[in-house]
Amino acid sequence: MATIEIRNLSKSFGSHTALRNVDLTISEGEFLTLVGPNGAGKTTLIRIVATLSRPTNGEVWVDGWNLADGAAQVRQRIGFISHQPLLYGDLTAEENLRFYGRMYGLSDLPTRIDEVLQQVGLLARQRDPVRTFSRGMQQRLAIARAILHHPVVLLLDEPYTGLDQQAAAMLDEVMQAVGATSRTVLMTTHDLGRGLVMSQRVAILSAGQLVYQAPRADLDEVSFRQIYRESVTG
Amino acid sequence: MTFLRQVVTIVHKDITAELRTKEMFSSMFVFALLSVVIFNFAFELRVADAATIAPGVLWISVTFAGMLGLNRSFVLEKDQGCLDGLLLAPVDRSAIYFGKMLGNFLFITVVEAIILPIFSALFNVNLIQPWVLAVMLLGTLGFSGVGTLFSAMTVHTRAREVLLPILLFPVVVPALIAAVKLTAGLLDGRALADMTNWMQLLIAFDIIFIAVSYMTFDYVVEE
Repeated sequence: MATIEIRNLSKSFGSHTALRNVDLTISEGEFLTLVGPNGAGKTTLIRIVATLSRPTNGEVWVDGWNLADGAAQVRQRIGFISHQPLLYGDLTAEENLRFYGRMYGLSDLPTRIDEVLQQVGLLARQRDPVRTFSRGMQQRLAIARAILHHPVVLLLDEPYTGLDQQAAAMLDEVMQAVGATSRTVLMTTHDLGRGLVMSQRVAILSAGQLVYQAPRADLDEVSFRQIYRESVTG
Repeated sequence: MTFLRQVVTIVHKDITAELRTKEMFSSMFVFALLSVVIFNFAFELRVADAATIAPGVLWISVTFAGMLGLNRSFVLEKDQGCLDGLLLAPVDRSAIYFGKMLGNFLFITVVEAIILPIFSALFNVNLIQPWVLAVMLLGTLGFSGVGTLFSAMTVHTRAREVLLPILLFPVVVPALIAAVKLTAGLLDGRALADMTNWMQLLIAFDIIFIAVSYMTFDYVVEE
């Protein structure tokens, strides 16, 4: 399993600074939830770790690989789930997974596809076009896509966006089933309650800076909400 | 072989999606057909010899129809965040470029294959000649090569349908001129040996701009 190490990370878009000197370490097998208000830089940070964006300054290491010169190796080791499913609506569930499986160079793909579809409860819908899926089903298939290549790190960017309570609860079940809690996970979310449930450590990002982090065991939801309010407004 | 496999996988994915919806093909084909028919009516009463305007009309129709296809190509990837899905794969980003480029080239070529006989009949010119077809392929290759890069650049903007032609046309003008000159010369019965400068220009354009697109694609798609 793996670590994520972020050192002095900064990102600017023109004159706007989205991240300022962020230092963050996630240990092997740890589940860290990063919360923060809109515009705090959560998505920017996770997109940099996912190699979708280049940092302006600083370094990011994933499973011993520096993003600057080992981006392809990092991509092989990460699974990314965002609020968009990253799935082709006109292809079936099976076709989507077959496409991504080939891009990741996986062997014995039919077996692996059946396996992940079984884990996310979509085996019966494998031949249906993804555009016919509900939002919750698309997100479950997105998890299947993200774990297809056995990643050691999962990056979850607001995975509960657009899900009702039932779908969100189902997503939690699926994430438990796929072993999300036994991999190294970085999750960003607005949902403070749900973020606390899944994680072993929480951190707060505000205006591009890491303003708080603590083990989950030291917190309850009430105290965490108070700390959050003080951190983002203080 | 892994690189080639990844390119083929992307092309296969695009073909599968297109066969299911036929959105790109139908919009390109209908636009090209309408252009050809309208140009035919527009010039019929004023031009004695249709062969004099046929090369220009052909390449205008192909270019504008191709623009629709290029636009659509990356819109499909932007939808549902699929472009991120491609960028997350542990592949050389140039495999993504070549996969999308070959897909675009294929779709435009299929439209040309259907339009050419119709065009030949309406304008009373014989376009089904080996060297004319070779010029069509070379011109389409250069157009697809540069167009794929610019399509990736403009897909994130709101005015992409307008911005793509504004950015792309000035760049492909040399290839278009060469293609029109070559097509006109071949229809006039001139030997290819008499037009080597235009052929060299077209081939050089393809090589240079596909190489430049391949080298810059990484920076275009990454934030």
